[in-house]
Amino acid sequence: MSAQGVGASVLRKEDFRFVTGRGRYTDDINRPGQAHAFFLRSPHAHATINRIDHAAASKMPGVVAIFTGDDIAADKVGGLICGWMIHSKDGSPMKAGAHPALAQGKVRYVGDHVAVVIADTYAQAREAAEKIVVDYGVLPAVTDTADAARTGAPQVHDIAPNNTVYNWHIGDKGATDAAFASARHVAKIDLVNNRLVPNAMEPRAAVGEYDDASDGLVLYTTSQNPHVARLVLSAFIGLAPEHRFRVIAPDVGGGFGSKIFIYAEETVCVWAARKVRRPVKWTADRTEAFLSDAHGRDHVTHGELALDAAGKITAMRVRTTANLGAYLSTFSSCVPTYLYALLLSGQYNIPNIYAEVDAVYTNTAPVDAYRGAGRPEASFLVERLMEIAARETGKDPAEFRRANFITAFPHQTPVILAYDAGNFAASLDSALKLADYANIGKRKAASAAQGKLRGIGFSAYIEACGIAPSAAVGSLGAGVGLWESAEVRVNPIGTVEILTGSHSHGQGHETTFAQLVSGRLGIPFENVSIVHGDTDKVQMGMGTYGSRSGAVGMSAIVKALDKIEAKARKVAGHCLEASPDDIEFRDGKFTVKGTDKSIDFPSVALQAYIAHKFNGQDLEPGLKESAFWDPTNFTFPAGVHICEVEVDPATGVTTIEKWTAVDDFGNLVNPMIVEGQVHGGIAQGVGQALFEGAVYNTDGQLVTASFMDYQMPRADNLPFYDVGTTNTPCPSNPLGIKGCGEAGAIAAPPAVINALTDALGHEDIAMPASPLAVWRAARKTMAMKTAAE
Amino acid sequence: MAMTMKGEVALPADRQTVWAKLNDPDVLKACIPGCQSLEKSGENGFTAVVKLKVGPVSATFKGNVELSDLDPPNGYRISGAGEGGIAGFAKGGATVSLSDAEGGGTLLSYDVEANVGGKIAQLGARLIDGVAKKNADQFFANFAENVKAG
Repeated sequence: MSAQGVGASVLRKEDFRFVTGRGRYTDDINRPGQAHAFFLRSPHAHATINRIDHAAASKMPGVVAIFTGDDIAADKVGGLICGWMIHSKDGSPMKAGAHPALAQGKVRYVGDHVAVVIADTYAQAREAAEKIVVDYGVLPAVTDTADAARTGAPQVHDIAPNNTVYNWHIGDKGATDAAFASARHVAKIDLVNNRLVPNAMEPRAAVGEYDDASDGLVLYTTSQNPHVARLVLSAFIGLAPEHRFRVIAPDVGGGFGSKIFIYAEETVCVWAARKVRRPVKWTADRTEAFLSDAHGRDHVTHGELALDAAGKITAMRVRTTANLGAYLSTFSSCVPTYLYALLLSGQYNIPNIYAEVDAVYTNTAPVDAYRGAGRPEASFLVERLMEIAARETGKDPAEFRRANFITAFPHQTPVILAYDAGNFAASLDSALKLADYANIGKRKAASAAQGKLRGIGFSAYIEACGIAPSAAVGSLGAGVGLWESAEVRVNPIGTVEILTGSHSHGQGHETTFAQLVSGRLGIPFENVSIVHGDTDKVQMGMGTYGSRSGAVGMSAIVKALDKIEAKARKVAGHCLEASPDDIEFRDGKFTVKGTDKSIDFPSVALQAYIAHKFNGQDLEPGLKESAFWDPTNFTFPAGVHICEVEVDPATGVTTIEKWTAVDDFGNLVNPMIVEGQVHGGIAQGVGQALFEGAVYNTDGQLVTASFMDYQMPRADNLPFYDVGTTNTPCPSNPLGIKGCGEAGAIAAPPAVINALTDALGHEDIAMPASPLAVWRAARKTMAMKTAAE
Repeated sequence: MAMTMKGEVALPADRQTVWAKLNDPDVLKACIPGCQSLEKSGENGFTAVVKLKVGPVSATFKGNVELSDLDPPNGYRISGAGEGGIAGFAKGGATVSLSDAEGGGTLLSYDVEANVGGKIAQLGARLIDGVAKKNADQFFANFAENVKAG
């Protein structure tokens, strides 16, 4: 390991720019002649649009144009799409309701896009929007996940009777039912996985621009995957062909999944730019982010776990209803199916699994992938069931898990996935030690002496990420392949530009990717720059989500570097008058084996470009290679998190006293950045468990539409974490990386709730476990204690 | 987002007088907080323009006010709905009933429910509840003043 190569905790290159205000975000970009867009949004959750009168608004100062769904239809702008086909049990395709960028005839959630006003300034656009008169025919709304498919519920899309998008299932129902019939013990749970608002620090923004010289479009936008945005806007929405369409995602301040998707506002900005022949800019305010960013989670689930007499799991049965909101967002359909049910085996040997998932429409914002996407929902269910099963059968929760761990790899689960490597017991052992589990009894007694309730909760999570082999996801219904691309451009003086299809929106790629290249080529870390987020510069790439930039994005760079090295050897061979096979490359130097004849990497780069030492017909000049890497499997990060809480029954306040995280991410590129990812993920998971919850009332009004009513976790809600790692290299990519971006958010919620229920002595608490909810639950605990005495 | 409020107010006038005032557009206009105009649009209907401030949002609501379930001189239902442009919408109503108060005068009881949507609903329940209660209290306080003044 070199000082700045793979494995070193190098400080992040990009942070100086970010913390000194020199980042360049979409809202920092202003184009000559730029106009501003304001979106008039529906105040109703469900209504027909009988008439829109914008005559008076059009005459307001500064107004350039006002467009509605009629204009979108007249221009034949395609609807927003969902790119993953799910089939129901009966083989029928999912029911995808039309999703125009501006509403046509009907609005389906509060915040739905009714009209866009484009004016010289944002204030003028907003003022003019006040003058638009919309005649709504208000309809009853459906908002409740569990209630949406009820006969007689208000219907969101005509195409989807009973608001049902699909009735999907996976696994062997007969074998699972048979295993339950002969079970010694069955643990059951009914749970709600609460709806979350992503709340990236930077809200979404877009600047659309039309270039009349080339008849082309440019879109600056907050995207995690600019090439996919261009593909969808070109091939499906039909705004311009890809070769005349440039999408630029500059610095992006957090995504968590919410910036994967192709939304109405960005689409309208670039479409309208051509109509008004001026650049059009829009930046969401925080309320718009609450209303219109794709939300996360929102499941209602019944789960059961069957045990035999020895305490071994024999089967799992799951029934989930997933709320996908008013329209199918870009990848929404795969989240509660393939990203959820495929993880139901957890870290455990479960011979039989059967899961049914019904996805429903409601009059709420669309729901799509949010940090973890399906896997937090799976791990919450599995780990809550494991804890309850251990408690009900009088077993230690750690040892009950250990007894059911998968120990031999590769392991084929009953739900498609084949885990390639892991050592679950190693993580558990390490976590038990770090958490001082041996003395939890003493700590509980000390809390009890002060009238407090202390509990400890486990979460032995697994996730499938680094998504993923293209052929595999294709067979599951994905509309795209999930490889990644990289291009390595060596400049004549030996500096290197890496053009990657991955996109950094907080992950630190400028640092970690440079570490990889610096170590491999033996050149200074500072001499490597990372280019990403611009479809005119970078070849087709798939972007960043699903903890894939390391496992897939960096693997593509490795493949390109392999080609660079092979070519550089040939150039070095000519320079050193030796066969490339006799040349070894180490620490940035090409040396003829067994001699002191050598040439360094920058000199080889120069020789490659001046091409004086070789015949340009035999060997191409230049030193630039590209590669596409398609992984052979998902990666399977796994670990054990242990949360210890203390509850004050008098106030309902839950204090997290201790947090232990031992994760197996395979090989680490930058341990400091990995630890940061773990910290952030845990904070988001704790947020879901204790604070966050998006709530719609029965009218479909979002009553948690600001930080006054939607509580984010704060620094003083969180403890100092004890973080450890175990290391089982991933065999499915050249770097042995598994990915770490989502782990904390997947691991944390069940750890918190298992700790809380341990403290409370009963299972009657839901997320978010707010002080009020915990206070109520603690009263039940006190009543149970009194009754027992 | 629905809110409900109940209350009663003692008025120093007989039931017939109170009833007449409850049906007088000028009195209603003077009593509805922020009411800028109230014009008769039918036998028991009015068009209204009301300016309301909820926290940071100030909006002019245009809509209709309707009197129904008229039971002179015992009570009625007054209801209204208005659109406030990008501020959202408000609708609501009150069941008003009159009875003879002990020791003379009239006791007016009201049962209000109000509903808001869009931007003003997004401001959060704590803010909205307070504003709705304040406006309902204000209306009946204004009305009591008006009755007192004769």
